[in-house]
Amino acid sequence: MIFLADFSPIKPDFGLLFWTSVIFLLVWIPIGRKAFKPILEALKKREEGIADALGAAENAKKEMANLKAENEQILAEAREERMKMLKEAKDTANAIVAESKNAAKEEASKIMKSAQQEIENMKQAAMTEVKNQAGLLALDIAEKVIKKELKSDASQVAFVNSLVKEMNLN
Amino acid sequence: MSLKSFLYSCLLSTLAVTTLSAQGHDTHSPAQHSPATTEQHGQQPQGEAASHGADAHAAEGHAAHAGCHPEEKKSDKYDPVPAVMHHIGDANHFHIIGDLHFPLPVFAYDMENGLTAGLSTMFHHGAKAVNGFVLAHDVVRKAKGLPMGEVDLDEIHDGHYSFVKEELNAKGKKEDHHFVSYKGQCYELEESRKLTNLESSWIDFSITKNVFTMLMALLVIGLAFFKTANYYKNNPNKAPKGIANLMEVFVTFIRDDVAKPSIGPKYEKYMTLLMSIFFFILFNNLFGLIPFFPGGANVMGNISSTIILAVIVFIVVTLSGNKNYWQHIFWMPGVPLPIKILMAPIEFASIFIKPFTLLIRLFANITAGHVIILTFVSLIFIFGNAGQSVGGSAGGSLMAIPFVAFMNILEILVAFLQAFIFTLLSALYIGGAVEEHHHDEAAHH
Repeated sequence: MIFLADFSPIKPDFGLLFWTSVIFLLVWIPIGRKAFKPILEALKKREEGIADALGAAENAKKEMANLKAENEQILAEAREERMKMLKEAKDTANAIVAESKNAAKEEASKIMKSAQQEIENMKQAAMTEVKNQAGLLALDIAEKVIKKELKSDASQVAFVNSLVKEMNLN
Repeated sequence: MSLKSFLYSCLLSTLAVTTLSAQGHDTHSPAQHSPATTEQHGQQPQGEAASHGADAHAAEGHAAHAGCHPEEKKSDKYDPVPAVMHHIGDANHFHIIGDLHFPLPVFAYDMENGLTAGLSTMFHHGAKAVNGFVLAHDVVRKAKGLPMGEVDLDEIHDGHYSFVKEELNAKGKKEDHHFVSYKGQCYELEESRKLTNLESSWIDFSITKNVFTMLMALLVIGLAFFKTANYYKNNPNKAPKGIANLMEVFVTFIRDDVAKPSIGPKYEKYMTLLMSIFFFILFNNLFGLIPFFPGGANVMGNISSTIILAVIVFIVVTLSGNKNYWQHIFWMPGVPLPIKILMAPIEFASIFIKPFTLLIRLFANITAGHVIILTFVSLIFIFGNAGQSVGGSAGGSLMAIPFVAFMNILEILVAFLQAFIFTLLSALYIGGAVEEHHHDEAAHH
């Protein structure tokens, strides 16, 4: 057959070999250097940027979580602190109240005591006064009585005797 | 969605059919010409004269073709094989429609006479020879012995200035020989220098259809990626938009699904190469699937292009090979001595076989795709009996269009797939060369 004789694409032509080399090298070297490389670098940079951004976001998320946990802890601590403080304050207040109560009680008892003392004293004084008054009154009465009764000498002597007797009673 | 793409590809393939049918009429009309028509040409007396003169030129070896007109074709049946082969081959001008061609620059370097440069229009559709160079079957060829400068060739039959003769070569194989006629004398045409034809006296440095397509691919890749690079420069750390968004899909795909898993930690060094390979193959493949101007070239289906890509991969792999790589080739660790001796030549051969399979795979896949599409299109001409039966053509079209549409869509997939596979395997070979085998050594102690 004439098949092979006509089948020109299988015969490597010098001119076509030459031009293919030239054109392919033009694709490979100038376009490769000036276009493919910058594209690849830009893609790489962008991808790294995205990866970094994702990492940063993840870190931020983690940090946020940490911060939140920290905040919560702080809040819990604060709450505890408050409770403690409240308790302490209450305790202090209680103590103060108890102390003041005690002091008041003591004072009161002191006052009572001194009042009783006073009362006792006053009572004593009053008693003495009463006694004195009564004594005076009795003396007055006795004077008058005596004056009336002792108009005679006999009665005076009798009276003196009775007085003397009475005095022994004291 | 699928219906839409189906309709779209129907449209594309209809255009392909139109383009090819115009081309088919153009190229294959000899079948419709009776020998009598050829006889009526004005060149006939000159041809007679030449047949006498040819004897004098016997020393030049042209005497065998005396009379200088093609053998009569025995059958006027349409032969799809030459048509398909013609369309998957390279060309020195771009056929648009009918007789309309997009001219391409021609740089033909003759070892004796130096460079002949100009546009392909200087050949006047093959009617003129310039410094011995002619345009035959859309390809520049050299007619040995033609005078320098512009000369008018004899018309063989309307609009055709060259013809093909089948001859047995030294090995007894049938070969096609192209001829032109000048002043009634035959001149055999010589193809440009190829690896299969090293004795040719000239090299074709022309911007052919394939070179033009590669230049378009270069331009498109350059525009797309410079725009993308600019976008990233102006909008750092921003989500991509427009072309940057489209290109980023491919770039990240090559990086994350091809380079990283295949090469490993050293992948960055090879990214520009892998991207160049991928996009160069992809864009050339896709341009090749556009059925009208300026598409339709069979760039990656031409072994010259795939050879260069494979050679570059071979060089990169060989230069990147570390101690482990060479050790595994010449003295495979961890296997018995006889196996070591057996493995060394096999592994050594594999250095060359790997890139060879790369170049054959890409070449065969893309060429096969073009051949299948063109074969389906040829159905129209087979059914239409080379344009003589309109009803047959219509029937053939009805059959061919869905097939061509289907194949075109499939070929879009193949365009991506082959670009991907070539890139992936290149990455794997590079990965094999730079891989560190620490785990192996640990296992052997």
